[in-house]
Amino acid sequence: MAIAVHHISKRFGGFTALDDVSLDVPAGSLTALLGPSGSGKSTLLRVIAGLEQPDTGEVLILEEPATRLAPQQRGVGFVFQHYAAFKHMTVWENVAFGLKIRKRPKQEIRERVQHLLALVQLQGMAERYPAQLSGGQRQRMALARALAVEPKVLLLDEPFGALDARVREELRAWLRRLHDEVQVTTILVTHDQEEAMEVADTIVVMNQGRIEQTGTPRDLYEHPANPFVMGFIGQVNKFGESFIRPHDVVIHPRYDGALEEATIERLLYLGFEVRVDLVLADGQRLWAQVTREEAERLELQQGQRVGLDLSRRRGFVMVNDLRPPAAGPVWDADHSAAGRGLA
Amino acid sequence: MALRSASALRGHLLTRGLITGYLSLIVLIPLAAVAGRSFQDGWGTYWATITDAEALAALEFSLLSSLVVVAIDAVVGTLIAWVLVRDSFRGKELVNSLIDLPFALPTIVAGLTLLTLYGPTSPVGINVAYTRAGVGLALLFVTLPFVVRAVQPVLLALDREAEEAAASLGASRSATFRRIVLPALLPAILSGVGLGFARAIGEFGSVVLISGNIPFQTEVASVHIFGRIESDDVTGAAAISVVLLLLSLLVLVLINAFTRWRTRHEH
Amino acid sequence: MSTRIAARTIALGYLALLIALPVGLVVWRTFEHGLAPVWTTMTQPDALHAFWLTVMIVLITVPLNTLFGVLCALALVRHHFPGKSILNAIIDLPVAISPVVVGLALFIVYGRRGWFGDWLLAHGMRVLFAVPGMILATIFVSLPFVVREVVPVLREIGTEQEQAAQTLGATPLQIFWRVTLPSIRAGVTYGVVLTTARALGEFGAVSIVSGRLSGQTETLTLYVQERFEQFDLTGAYTASLVLALLALATVVGMNTFKSKGAA
Repeated sequence: MAIAVHHISKRFGGFTALDDVSLDVPAGSLTALLGPSGSGKSTLLRVIAGLEQPDTGEVLILEEPATRLAPQQRGVGFVFQHYAAFKHMTVWENVAFGLKIRKRPKQEIRERVQHLLALVQLQGMAERYPAQLSGGQRQRMALARALAVEPKVLLLDEPFGALDARVREELRAWLRRLHDEVQVTTILVTHDQEEAMEVADTIVVMNQGRIEQTGTPRDLYEHPANPFVMGFIGQVNKFGESFIRPHDVVIHPRYDGALEEATIERLLYLGFEVRVDLVLADGQRLWAQVTREEAERLELQQGQRVGLDLSRRRGFVMVNDLRPPAAGPVWDADHSAAGRGLA
Repeated sequence: MALRSASALRGHLLTRGLITGYLSLIVLIPLAAVAGRSFQDGWGTYWATITDAEALAALEFSLLSSLVVVAIDAVVGTLIAWVLVRDSFRGKELVNSLIDLPFALPTIVAGLTLLTLYGPTSPVGINVAYTRAGVGLALLFVTLPFVVRAVQPVLLALDREAEEAAASLGASRSATFRRIVLPALLPAILSGVGLGFARAIGEFGSVVLISGNIPFQTEVASVHIFGRIESDDVTGAAAISVVLLLLSLLVLVLINAFTRWRTRHEH
Repeated sequence: MSTRIAARTIALGYLALLIALPVGLVVWRTFEHGLAPVWTTMTQPDALHAFWLTVMIVLITVPLNTLFGVLCALALVRHHFPGKSILNAIIDLPVAISPVVVGLALFIVYGRRGWFGDWLLAHGMRVLFAVPGMILATIFVSLPFVVREVVPVLREIGTEQEQAAQTLGATPLQIFWRVTLPSIRAGVTYGVVLTTARALGEFGAVSIVSGRLSGQTETLTLYVQERFEQFDLTGAYTASLVLALLALATVVGMNTFKSKGAA
């Protein structure tokens, strides 16, 4: 295990940020800590880095106890959401900082910085200042800077949070490629489930200071452990006491006894997919997701009475605690942004 | 976030120790000495000293002239800030820099400068030397920047849309100014007034040449204190100094309290 | 529109009458009799001594207050300790105290029968009527400026750069030197400019502690007063001009660094 945390708890005054959290991160993996704000994911990352001290528990880096070590001594690379660029230094000096601190020979520094700048595609920018770079370029510089000192583990705290949507997408793909090339154990904190699904090998879903579920993106999507995870990863409808994904709502053009009766309230054509807003007889609302072809084949129209096959819904048995889901992800079909798993 | 390492903690304590030591040596001990010395001969002597006719006259004059001067500053300073922010004309940058001159110019030079134009050798025949007006002039000079520099940034940051909304609702320009702009500027104006007052009441260098320091007429408190020191009445000087200090602090506290009351009131 | 013109006229008129014209007249009067008398005055031994004394006092005062200012700002913004608001209030005090009271305070502490006076005199250290006293007075009055300019800059910068440096392996000292200090450069510079201006212009406090001994404990400001009292107007104007030029340089400095420093 590259990183192991055991029974970490942390409170800030009356607020519990982390509640008995334990986690193992395999070497060479790219793990995402995913959750809404206040879930504790950033706090956990900072505890691992040594920028916060836990109240209880221990941190092991490469099997060595690190809980009492200062950040300087842990060999972690950290990338901040707002870059934390050294504004008064050039890009070159930023990237070279860690090496200069360690008094590496000039030749070595020069080669290493050049290599890293090429790796993050900032070759021509060496003499610029961070203020002259775009957000995406600044973050790539921050990555190069963190990688310069060959950290044992790379920690990224919502690294793309401050960037435009398009830049975010590009950098996501770029990060995945970088990770494949450099192969350093990486932990990424994000609130964006799409990002986690795209980039990570393993996702750790957190909520209110605890880990809800750990698994591959596919595991979490297909076998969520509880309503929170189901709602946070992918879309979800609440139907009575159970939950069903919009693409699992099967629409039949004619109502018959075995199916649920519903009326199509609205049809939204969103490129490849079609969103079908449905009202059931008892007033409950759902939405279904079908492809354009399916919509055409079924000749769906607004106001049409249809039958719904909801057999693929799931219920959850809440064993230990009946904690309500955190503010944010909502199970009913009101199309709020929350329904997309973004808190 | 704070490093718990021992060396960082030692660094913090060392820093705090250095700061406390420096402040004590430079500021606290001397001020304590003034307070201590002022009561050296007992409360009775203290009271007699500060109610001595000449001392009272000097204190009164300082207080009144400072109040009048900062009242003028409040109006003119706001006007100047307004012109600098909202108006545009050639040489505005230069005029803006001019405001800093009283901050940077030594007080004795300020006094000499005013005396040259408005004193016995005035080329335009205005002579306010040895008059109360002369003192007022000097105080206006040295306190000019306080209100201007306090109001400028607030004015710059002011949301024009509120004024535009008022105009669209039919408010005249003066009504808009009175009801929308002025309330927003008031804390800054008061802050400038407070700082200006604290400066004016203790002002020495610019006043000492122009006023002639005539007791009961143009003698300000600081000059009176100076005189007491020269005549070796250090205790008396300390006694009056304490009053001066308390007056400055009182005004600053009042303004602070008013600002806080207003911010609470607004929400 | 006429309100605008009226406002502008009043404002500019006020400034002209109060500041521009008087200063202009002094410059005029200084050179009224040509360059030669000005040069003679400036090269008088007393004048030169006053100039160099002023420079020396400033060269000692400003670095000390700068060092204090940076450390104090760091403590105020980054550390947590009881009594922070008291510290804040004390730092603001020197601006609210009359220079005469400052001089008096030092006089009481370091004079004969003063708190430290006897002990120091017994050890051959003269504070009053000597340069050390004048330095102490100048430090007092120019104390707050660096602190007050650095605090908002430090607050605005935040701690992320320093945290990043931590994760990259820098020791606290390295972080302070390579990251913190350079990032507050603008605030420090502006504070230094203000401190220098205040130190150059100090009059009341040094007047009391110096004893105004010509050629020995007279700064340039005291020299101006002395020349005036000796009816040597040219001398007074010349020294004033030198001080005014230094003030001008300060104002230029203030405006350069204000636009850069105002974060």
